[in-house]
Amino acid sequence: MLSRKARLDAHGEDSSYFLGWKEYEKNAYDDVQNPTGIIQMGLAENQLSFDLLESWLASNQDAARLTRNGESVFRELALFQDYHGLPDFKNELVEFMAEIRGNKVNFDPRKLVLMAGATSANETLTFCIAESGDAFLLPTPYYPGFDRDLKWRTGVEIVPIHCSSSNGFKVTKCALEEAYQQAHKLSLNVKGVLITNPSNPLGTTMGRDELNDLIGFAVAKKIHIISDEIYSGTVFDHPSFISIMEALMDRKLQDTDLWSRVHIVYSLSKDLGLPGFRVGMIYSNNETVVSAATKMSSFGLISSQTQYLLSKILSDKKFTRNYMKENRKRLKTRRDMIVAALRDAGIGCLKSNAGLFCWVDMRHLLSSNTFDAEMELWKKILREAGLNISPGASCHCSEPGWFRICFANMSEDTLNLSMQRIKALVGRIQQCRRGRVTHQDSGCNSRRRSFSKWVLNLCSYDREPDR
Amino acid sequence: MAIETDQQPPVGLSRVAVSETHGEDSPYFAGWKAYDENPYDESKNPSGVIQMGLAENQVSFDLLEEFLKQHSEASIWGNKISGFRENALFQDYHGLQSFRKAMASFMEQIRGGRAKFDPDRVVLTAGATAANELLTFILADPGDALLVPTPYYPGFDRDLRWRTGVKIVPIHCDSSNNFQVTPQALEAAYNNAEAMNIKVRGVLITNPSNPLGTTIQRSVLEEILDFVTRKNIHLVSDEIYSGSVFSSSEFVSIAEVLEARNNKGSERVHIVYSLSKDLGLPGFRVGTIYSYNDKVVTTARRMSSFTLISSQTQHLLASMLSDKEFTQNYIETNRERLRKRYGMIIQGLRVAGIECLQGNAGLFCWMNLSPLLETPTREGELALWNSILHEVKLNISPGSSCHCSEPGWFRVCFANMSEQTLEVALDRIHQFMKRRCDKEKLGHV
Repeated sequence: MLSRKARLDAHGEDSSYFLGWKEYEKNAYDDVQNPTGIIQMGLAENQLSFDLLESWLASNQDAARLTRNGESVFRELALFQDYHGLPDFKNELVEFMAEIRGNKVNFDPRKLVLMAGATSANETLTFCIAESGDAFLLPTPYYPGFDRDLKWRTGVEIVPIHCSSSNGFKVTKCALEEAYQQAHKLSLNVKGVLITNPSNPLGTTMGRDELNDLIGFAVAKKIHIISDEIYSGTVFDHPSFISIMEALMDRKLQDTDLWSRVHIVYSLSKDLGLPGFRVGMIYSNNETVVSAATKMSSFGLISSQTQYLLSKILSDKKFTRNYMKENRKRLKTRRDMIVAALRDAGIGCLKSNAGLFCWVDMRHLLSSNTFDAEMELWKKILREAGLNISPGASCHCSEPGWFRICFANMSEDTLNLSMQRIKALVGRIQQCRRGRVTHQDSGCNSRRRSFSKWVLNLCSYDREPDR
Repeated sequence: MAIETDQQPPVGLSRVAVSETHGEDSPYFAGWKAYDENPYDESKNPSGVIQMGLAENQVSFDLLEEFLKQHSEASIWGNKISGFRENALFQDYHGLQSFRKAMASFMEQIRGGRAKFDPDRVVLTAGATAANELLTFILADPGDALLVPTPYYPGFDRDLRWRTGVKIVPIHCDSSNNFQVTPQALEAAYNNAEAMNIKVRGVLITNPSNPLGTTIQRSVLEEILDFVTRKNIHLVSDEIYSGSVFSSSEFVSIAEVLEARNNKGSERVHIVYSLSKDLGLPGFRVGTIYSYNDKVVTTARRMSSFTLISSQTQHLLASMLSDKEFTQNYIETNRERLRKRYGMIIQGLRVAGIECLQGNAGLFCWMNLSPLLETPTREGELALWNSILHEVKLNISPGSSCHCSEPGWFRVCFANMSEQTLEVALDRIHQFMKRRCDKEKLGHV
């Protein structure tokens, strides 16, 4: 009775990524009312700097009250549904985006298309660039939402570019080529590469060499590059962020074909912590894409009420500069906190310089080097430590044992508590294993064989430096 | 096979991106362009083009502004410290519960309490444009068709077809019976689709109708419901103008017809609504899908991730629509003002010698200019439309842009301007008709 799209589960909501959310909803942590509940660490939200926004709003009531110099602009906003977007808002956005990139790049508001969230922007770009049955190459691990956003209604496929811990999950020429060949084997026409830079879930920015390899690849294969730069404002540590536009300009590629095949996706959901307001955008040098995407934005326009509010906030340059600086500082502090606490529990993380999360290495805690073991560990962490974190498998990571843990969507106290819980759990796991090795403890008997196998696997893994 | 560099096709984009199914090359949009280049302004440009092609409701803003003035907490999140923060973080595709409840109850009020709406069946989307597209993705596969009565809202060509790949097969209606849908027309459309090997997945009606400005009679709704049941297909009822019916008793929603049948067979029915017309808030992007089908509700909710309503806006409108006293007064006052406007334009046109379809709803009237056509064809209609645009300086919508099968009908909007501007427009029409009359008289001498 319903369409194929409605009947399939390409929405992706039966994955573990969403199961954890469901458990959390049933038993959510609250420091007063439910201190033993599940702490949500699977949600990449930025809650660290609301106080700054709140105090700005209190001193600038015009913006929310829909007045300009005391005069109501309600009527004009209520009627404003032009898909070209509020001009003031777009002008502020391009300046904001340039500032984030240290003003090394300039953006033209006529090339900016507003959409209700990056979710909408990514899907719209896909509709513009690819046909049903075409493919995008994506480096793994990647944001689980892409499976829905890029594929569901568009019919486009994702072919993974496998990245591994052996080189910090960087994209290599070899991996790009392999992915391209794999698509070819599956009879899929590759239309582009989609990168998330800074990366979700890695929390790292792409280096110049990496970007150059990608550029070379896109030139050779004559394909598009979509750079989702939604976390560009969360770069809190060196190395500094290099936007795809900057990389292209540094190589003087402005007048080449590739220039019109590069598109940026951005949003205010992460940098400003406003996911509810649905502010996303596409920036493209390609006139046809801008034109088509603008018309398509009819299906997901940003509320004019919200465009007005944000144009006012962004127009206060002193505020935004201070906000971004302070926000990055707070993110770094949080990151340092969680990294130290995890280290204390014997857990390492990928060295990060951006994002709202850490990419955590728990391979040593797996009962075997398998995704089943990863799922087992994930469930243990969920049910015994009461923490909802994201297993690498949900991000299509090719190596089991990695997890994404968010650190910016809770108070410091809650973060500390979560770290105590992890430490306690790790302690229990290791005690259990030690127990199995030295005693005939009935409680751990069943795991003995798998423990030994795990140790063997770990050793052999260490002997294969190329993986 | 050598291709000149400067003749190379543009770098590969999708067929959807380069197609013209967005529909923006039609005359419907050319009129907008003429208006944009020379817009009427009472003081600054009194001879400019008056926009009568835009179905907006500007007659009741004062009521909304008054509410906002009295209820600042709706705009500034009140005094709760966590108000802004919680709202800014809220991106749950279920939508703000208080808003869904308020929408459901508003929809009930509009229907005079004659139908009940369950807030858990309300799915929120950024506008009815998104709602219609989303439903089409869910109910039909690429290559399938929806049957839509003509004349219909030109935007459907884009909303239902562009990215979905679904086709529209028209259900032809004509003036012989005031453009009502008949069982014969339904069957004919269905058979037409079958003959083209196209699978029909549903019927989409707009009730009250755009561009006709009329409500669909109960008996016709019953026939349509029986038809879709026989064919085992869906029925989408776009009720975006339900709050713009001039008299409360004349609108019958499909929801009422279903309730009278104890909701039997209701899983095939889905209602689209929006606040763009009734509340005059197209910029805020507030649309909903109300479905009696659980799977459709679940799927639509997930798909709404691509088109969520700003939580800031949900918060504002939850406050407004939960105030039953405000909404009751708004609905009644708005209805009254629209009725008055309608009366004004009909009278003005009649005095100028122009008849309209007897309407009872909407923000426009369906005007019959067929007696003025040089030739009773689409070309004749477009020629007349052009002279009205360039000589009379009024942008109105030609019936052909609405896929009307009879030439000579035009949709004229009356609620998107002040009363004074409407008088100016009517005067211009009057002068135009007088000039034509005089020319004809001269011609006969």
